[in-house]
Amino acid sequence: MSNTISIDKKSAWAGDNKSPFNVGYGKLMMWFFLVSDALSFTGFLASYGFYRHYYGSVWPSAENVFTHFPFMHGHHPLLYVALMTFILIMSSVTMVLAVEAGHRMDKKGVTLWMLLTIVGGAIFLGSQAWEWGHFIHGTELGAIELGKGVFTLPDGSVEMTKGLIARWSDESKQTLLLPWKDGAEYIKVTGAQMSEMVANGKEIFGANLTHNEYGHPLFADFFFFITGFHGTHVLSGVILNFIIFVNVIMGTYQKRGHYEMIEKVGLYWHFVDLVWVFVFTFFYLI
Amino acid sequence: MGHSEHSDHNGHTEEVYQYAVHHSEEVGKKMRKRIWLIFWVLLGITSVEVFLGISWKEMGLPWSVIKMTFIILTIAKAFYIVSEYMHLKHEVTFFKNIIIVPYVLLALYLAYFVVTEAVYSDMMAKWLY
Repeated sequence: MSNTISIDKKSAWAGDNKSPFNVGYGKLMMWFFLVSDALSFTGFLASYGFYRHYYGSVWPSAENVFTHFPFMHGHHPLLYVALMTFILIMSSVTMVLAVEAGHRMDKKGVTLWMLLTIVGGAIFLGSQAWEWGHFIHGTELGAIELGKGVFTLPDGSVEMTKGLIARWSDESKQTLLLPWKDGAEYIKVTGAQMSEMVANGKEIFGANLTHNEYGHPLFADFFFFITGFHGTHVLSGVILNFIIFVNVIMGTYQKRGHYEMIEKVGLYWHFVDLVWVFVFTFFYLI
Repeated sequence: MGHSEHSDHNGHTEEVYQYAVHHSEEVGKKMRKRIWLIFWVLLGITSVEVFLGISWKEMGLPWSVIKMTFIILTIAKAFYIVSEYMHLKHEVTFFKNIIIVPYVLLALYLAYFVVTEAVYSDMMAKWLY
């Protein structure tokens, strides 16, 4: 079998019958799209970083928010999101194996690996839905969003309480914890002062776009927006992969003589994985 | 497939544009080995990140060191995905630069903006209250 495929001058993207980039038109355009899309995500994560540092003391730590794991009780920070990361990396591997099988014109191999990639993407989407559900429902304990008032900190300075999220120390609901010093330490409030705070404040459960029981509402906004935007990419990736998968089964690329289309959707799929690598670090780890 | 020349309507022969999209069984075997090697590298880096994320408090290292480690590991992971899985390492140099240079310049520009403005708003908060 010949090592190359031939494309006539009309469909080649080149002046001198030679492409300066040595890639097909479709792949080139996919790369340009990915660069612009990568910049959108860079903008989101950069603005997340800005607000995270600006609201240092009242910003929730992701390891205190996403602590659930299916069929397991207790506190398991990072474990679930690590599993999601593993699933996405795995589906990236099956994708690149599909590309490799395509280079050998191995229709059976491409079909198998594409199918596994689609399954991996679907599992990832399901995991994300599960995590969103937990975040939206929140804990049974809930938290108190404080009303108007002032509070004296241990170092003597006075802090306004409006909008601050105070969490219960345990299930007896006798002690409120106020965030202090970048969330590493808490001020304990008990007795009459606690009752007053509860009376002035509002009890909230879970998170939506305006309230967040875990801390600053902007954290919830960024969470919904960034992981939602990424999830939309995963969804469209799964749909694209499925369309290409149907074409593979129908033998479209076998007839065409090459599986370059697998490379194009492959590029998009790896990009989705790449973005998740960054979301994982900047949202969940840091 | 396999044609190296094409004739147009006027009967002139033209050279045709070619690029490699096929490889043999032996090359494929080598490539698959490479793919799985990169998979273990990615898995290893992710495991280190998760381990650090869970246990950095007991390790007694300052947060700034942990944070920089996370960022460096992430960039290493991104490098392997882009260069090997997205095949950019094996493209022509001109194409590599066209993709990487504009992205890196604009990303640094965004990051610079954010750092500058964050410092500025912190200063304003101190002066105003």
